[in-house]
Amino acid sequence: MSATTSYIGKSVKRVEDKRFITGKGKYTDDIILAGMVHGAFVRSPHANAKIKKIDISKAKAMPGVIAIFTGADVAAINGVPCGWQVNFKNGDTMKEPKHPLLVADRTKHVGDPVAFIIAESREEAKDAIEMVSVDYEKLSCVTNPAEAVKPGAPLVHDDVPNNICFDWELGNPKSEVEEALSKASHVTTLDFVNQRLVPNAMEPRSYIGSYDETSDKYTLYTSTQNPHLIRLLMCAFVLGIPEHKVRVVGPDVGGGFGSKIYHYTEEALVTWCSKEIGRPIKWTSERAESFLLDAHGRDHVTKAEMGFDKDGKILALRVKTFANLGAYLSTFSTCVPTYLHGTLLQGLYTTPKINVDVTGVFTHTNAVDAYRGAGRPEATYILERLLDLSALEMNVDPTELRFKNFIPPFDGVKQPGYQTQVALQYDSGNYHGVLEKGLEILDYKNFRKQQKESAKNGKLLGVGFSTYIEACGIAPSAVVGSLGARAGLYEVGQVRVQPTGKVSVFTGSHSHGQGHETTFAQVVADKLGIPMEDVDIIHGDSDTVAFGMGTYGSRSLAVGGSAIVKSIEKIVEKGKKIAAHKLEASEQDIEFVDGKFTIKGTSKSLNFAEIALTAYVPHVYPADLEPGLDFSSFYDPKNFTYPFGCHIAVVEIDRETGKVDLKRFIAVDDVGNVINPMIVEGQIHGGVAQGMGQALLEGVEYDEDGQISNGSYMDYCMPRADDFPMFETASQVTPCPHNPLGVKGAGEAGCIGSTPAVVNAVIDALWSSGKKVKDIRMPLTPERVWKAMN
Amino acid sequence: MIPSSFSYQKVNSVAEAIKALSSGEAKILAGGHSLIPTMKLRLNSPSKLVDIGALAELRGIKESGAEIIIGAATTHQEIATNKIIQSKLPLFAQGGNSIGDVQVRNKGTIGGSLAHADPAADWAAIVLASDATIEVQGGKGTRKIKATGFFNGMFSTALQDDEIITAVHVPLAVGSKGSYAKFPQPASRFAIVGCAVMKMADGKVNIAFTGISNCAFRDQAAEKAISGKKIDASTIESASKAAVEGVNILSDHYASEKYRKHLAKVYLKRALLAVS
Repeated sequence: MSATTSYIGKSVKRVEDKRFITGKGKYTDDIILAGMVHGAFVRSPHANAKIKKIDISKAKAMPGVIAIFTGADVAAINGVPCGWQVNFKNGDTMKEPKHPLLVADRTKHVGDPVAFIIAESREEAKDAIEMVSVDYEKLSCVTNPAEAVKPGAPLVHDDVPNNICFDWELGNPKSEVEEALSKASHVTTLDFVNQRLVPNAMEPRSYIGSYDETSDKYTLYTSTQNPHLIRLLMCAFVLGIPEHKVRVVGPDVGGGFGSKIYHYTEEALVTWCSKEIGRPIKWTSERAESFLLDAHGRDHVTKAEMGFDKDGKILALRVKTFANLGAYLSTFSTCVPTYLHGTLLQGLYTTPKINVDVTGVFTHTNAVDAYRGAGRPEATYILERLLDLSALEMNVDPTELRFKNFIPPFDGVKQPGYQTQVALQYDSGNYHGVLEKGLEILDYKNFRKQQKESAKNGKLLGVGFSTYIEACGIAPSAVVGSLGARAGLYEVGQVRVQPTGKVSVFTGSHSHGQGHETTFAQVVADKLGIPMEDVDIIHGDSDTVAFGMGTYGSRSLAVGGSAIVKSIEKIVEKGKKIAAHKLEASEQDIEFVDGKFTIKGTSKSLNFAEIALTAYVPHVYPADLEPGLDFSSFYDPKNFTYPFGCHIAVVEIDRETGKVDLKRFIAVDDVGNVINPMIVEGQIHGGVAQGMGQALLEGVEYDEDGQISNGSYMDYCMPRADDFPMFETASQVTPCPHNPLGVKGAGEAGCIGSTPAVVNAVIDALWSSGKKVKDIRMPLTPERVWKAMN
Repeated sequence: MIPSSFSYQKVNSVAEAIKALSSGEAKILAGGHSLIPTMKLRLNSPSKLVDIGALAELRGIKESGAEIIIGAATTHQEIATNKIIQSKLPLFAQGGNSIGDVQVRNKGTIGGSLAHADPAADWAAIVLASDATIEVQGGKGTRKIKATGFFNGMFSTALQDDEIITAVHVPLAVGSKGSYAKFPQPASRFAIVGCAVMKMADGKVNIAFTGISNCAFRDQAAEKAISGKKIDASTIESASKAAVEGVNILSDHYASEKYRKHLAKVYLKRALLAVS
């Protein structure tokens, strides 16, 4: 369509930044509706407690209080659903206890909502909380998933034996893996915890429910990553309101990292209550509530074994994981430790036998769901820790071990995709390339020399590698459906050409920091040969955008962008018909290049704006053609996309204190074709920061009463700029063979690759000083590293 | 994150503040960096805040005879960047700079920090090591309290209910050299261990710790091990061995008692090395 590209591949500055940087963004909490009132929750202070009595009478009499709802008031309403069904190995469906909007009888984690207070002001609602009297009978609780399955452990749900939601298995039969491991000349075993993380979006969750009696229509403003999905879940599964009577708006959203995918109880509650009291209700999470209740990430307890032959070829991998799901099932909680984790255990390697066994476990904790990377960081952590540790144990070079086991390069066009042992077919890859490039930047040989010399000077240097792959661009609906998804996973893109040739694009993707308004506009402008200023990207409103599945799993450009491209193709096709008629030529002779419809081999042409005007003022127009230039497309991908890369960390450890100093971080990522290199690099930087945060700084600590003992920024350490060296990033491009842009996705790569690289570097440093430590529990705090050294 | 309602009074003089304090459930507000977070969590619900943050008489740094006087409402940043402090009391510049981040330093005040007496606050170790005196004013007039007699325990000081810190007096010890070595909690940047040392011209070495116990303290055993001696590898080792023995050491999820004790000895060595 376009011979030259003005925008694709260029680091165009983000058009949305003007409003964000100047504080002009409009978030849900900025919205004030006429007559709006405010909600606040009475939340359980106990992890597991019977509610013996609740007395709201004093609170009701407090100034400004309009209404108070308790569990009894909403008992007839369904709970919020889980969007993915995972079956037990024996075929039984997973246990799916009700997740009520308010708890009536027994609280199951700290923060479980017991009453919802609505008052004229937020302050009055907060004051009234203190006047609600709840008589709890505190019971014992369990927070660790490996402990929760043991006989006699306290039960989260009385009808879920051993707290097991499901048990699940994927890959080769256990007997085959057992046999391969028994024949191995070396088996590396690693027991570890992939700790629980708080997503920490900058904008706290915020919702406004509003009901209009005259039209019998509800509006929900919500800080969400997928407004249409929220509408679907809330209408069809929870409140039973017909969808055409509900508008869901996700305005500017300040970060999500997964935590704003899910349908939360508070969304349904403000919507339902707005009709009950006849006024709009706003609830905005406080930061303390965000720590407690935004769905957490990770929390796996894992044992992994990898067997090698005498030449260092991987023979088999066996993984057993207890995945903590929390007290209730969040929207995608069940697919994260299964289909987004087990399926990635092939990694970049030709491992012939793989078996992964996952037990999904209820505990008296907040829900766990997708957090940047979602299952793939957990899988990568297993593989990459095992690779570096095996190299140390076998006394071989960790990069040689990888080269020996890499899947050979394939482009997915001339060579077929790579079929793994764990259900996926990789699209295209050149895994040797990213590691080679990483080693070149590192100057590996020199590093090893430097490491030895530093050791003489009392310094402890280490290097860690991580060569990762991930699956994103989720996904073919038929495939995810067969795996238990209760939704399709396509995307919608509508391109409306205005009569003057300006373009409004409506996408079902939802930007909450990713820069869609820029990247998508770059694609549209180039494909139509028009200036970027002529393109507007519109998203986040179910009344404006036809439908959408939202933004997560690095899917927006690969799936949402492809849907837009499909609509552009329809526009060009129609444009050619109009041009052929006006230029009195045959349609086959019209080509569309650089924004002009031209008769091939001639200078006779019409530009894009002229065709647009003709479509809306169809005076000279093909007889059988509808006026207008406006197309909508649904794009359902043929496969997932598989970005990959190589991350290398160099650390220095303070021998006296155990403090780890990250000296270098190298990231070579192959995310397919790149539309905006600056945005991709920014995504990698952010991901690496969060991945390094998991390795060294972050982690939820539950005490024995099920309380989070580090639930504030005074205790829970988020990474800051001065914790990092300058990142050294580089890229390789292996296009995705099955989507029109050849793109794979970049949102999560940094977070997937970086964590094991950092931990491996610390372990390498310790081994270089003779301390043969297999594992240090994340985050690798100074004390934990110090203990490992002493 | 929303405090209970309270009344707010901005006062024009210290005397007015003291009068306001005596009228009941009031709290002094200076920089607010310790008080406001506890109010937002409703751990603290004073019915009245008395704002002394803008009182000119409490702000500023001046040299007076053989001492430097720092007004109680002087911010950490003002202290860290003050020319007199940088040239004559570099330990205070170093200490001020080690607090939180620049936003915190621009709001928080030295008087507020001392009065709050967080067991991990940096100023506590620094005023102890430099033999400073805390000047306070209350209903019964003004008095001066030696830093060594000021801290009683966790969030507990020698201040009476109606007393306000007005200034910190720091003696100018000619020929002295100070250093502050700190291992911060990575999230809060409060001290897991903070060690301030001041080597006097006569060879006496003052050693103070913060972060490791209920309140900051002078470590006399460590001081005895090194005072009057040449500071070298061997005396540093002796001081480190003697340090924090018999002290009731804090323990939390980030640093156990054993690790804190080890860190205290390491950071004492680092501080001593810097003044050797």
